[in-house]
Amino acid sequence: MAPVSNGEDTPRFDNLTSGVWRENPVFITLLGLCPSLAVSNTAVNSLAMGLASAFVLLGSTFLISLLRNAIPKQVRIASYIIIIATFVTVVDYAIHAISLELYNALGAFIQLIVVNCMILGRCEAHASKNRLPKAMVNALGTGAGFTLALFMVGSIREILGFGTFFGVSLFGAGFQTWAIFILPPGGFIVLSLWLLLFSYIERRRAANTGHIAGGAHAT
Amino acid sequence: MQPDSLSFIFLNAFLINNFVLALFLGLCPFVGVSQKLETAVPMGIAVIVVMFVASVCAYAINLVLVRFGIEYLRLISYIAVIASAVQLVEMTIKKFSPTLFRMLGIYLPLITTNCAILGMALFQTFNDYSFGQSLIYSLGAGAGFTLALTLMAGLREKLQLANLPDSATAAAISFMLAGLLSLTFMGFAGLGS
Repeated sequence: MAPVSNGEDTPRFDNLTSGVWRENPVFITLLGLCPSLAVSNTAVNSLAMGLASAFVLLGSTFLISLLRNAIPKQVRIASYIIIIATFVTVVDYAIHAISLELYNALGAFIQLIVVNCMILGRCEAHASKNRLPKAMVNALGTGAGFTLALFMVGSIREILGFGTFFGVSLFGAGFQTWAIFILPPGGFIVLSLWLLLFSYIERRRAANTGHIAGGAHAT
Repeated sequence: MQPDSLSFIFLNAFLINNFVLALFLGLCPFVGVSQKLETAVPMGIAVIVVMFVASVCAYAINLVLVRFGIEYLRLISYIAVIASAVQLVEMTIKKFSPTLFRMLGIYLPLITTNCAILGMALFQTFNDYSFGQSLIYSLGAGAGFTLALTLMAGLREKLQLANLPDSATAAAISFMLAGLLSLTFMGFAGLGS
């Protein structure tokens, strides 16, 4: 497996994919959990939340990577927060203008993107240390991974809780909906089940590759 | 109970709409600091203090913002105020109680990125709470956070002795427990009517 960061400035395909799967912000590094549970009761809401966060991540990565030599080390966290808060305000007003229904469904959680540790973490760990193209590719991958994770949680909750997918009925009128999945406990339980599945897959893969590597060593 | 009475506002933030288990705010410390009771309790107390200070500051800032008609700066000024409030609380504790300061350690600065604090400040603004209501709301929210954190820490200490399948990582099993706790807290929903 190729190393994630090799000090080169040219963006590699690996930079893009690592955020989606191997370093998925929600499932692997457990960052940005609050929005991924709070508004993921339908597929549409979770997709909107994911895209809004990804936009904020891309915008702030762009600015921070450009300004990384101009920001003094001592006040960098405060500066990052101000930059992120600016983009969040833009997104907040944009969603308010585009769809009032969506705005009411997401509520205060759009503004709470500002304290999403996934974004601050990416800015601190990656955007402040890399040149623009590489930082943007990484932010794109992480944003996509975050959106995907939210969508995975949101779809399961909508399918089981409402019996619909993007508002389209799946099971017909006789389906007894599991209301628990659109209520708060459902968010915790669905995320927990995804985490269990991921850890099971990871263990299986580690066992397989470990077996092969062990065999190679023996020969 | 009246929906805008002080006791209802407290109960609402404390139990009915518990910040962690019903509103999903402050999950990072909820998962990160809930391994042991001895770290969970000081963390909860620190959050209560910061929430109280942040609530007072946010109320004052909002008055100024509304006065000059610059509400679009609300988010930026709130987050700046919370960061400074955390710094202020940190310095005060360091001056007056070095023991408590050492006990809290790294968790104090991390409170800045705790979304429960910003969430509390935003909700009190959206709900148009008066000064007294805001204070009670912040106390209830802080107490609710502490309650959830303490319950979770107690459960996870018991979990050490349990026999779990190999794939059940700490995070996965914590969220399953949080789901069950959240289910229990839904029973309080009838309390308000």
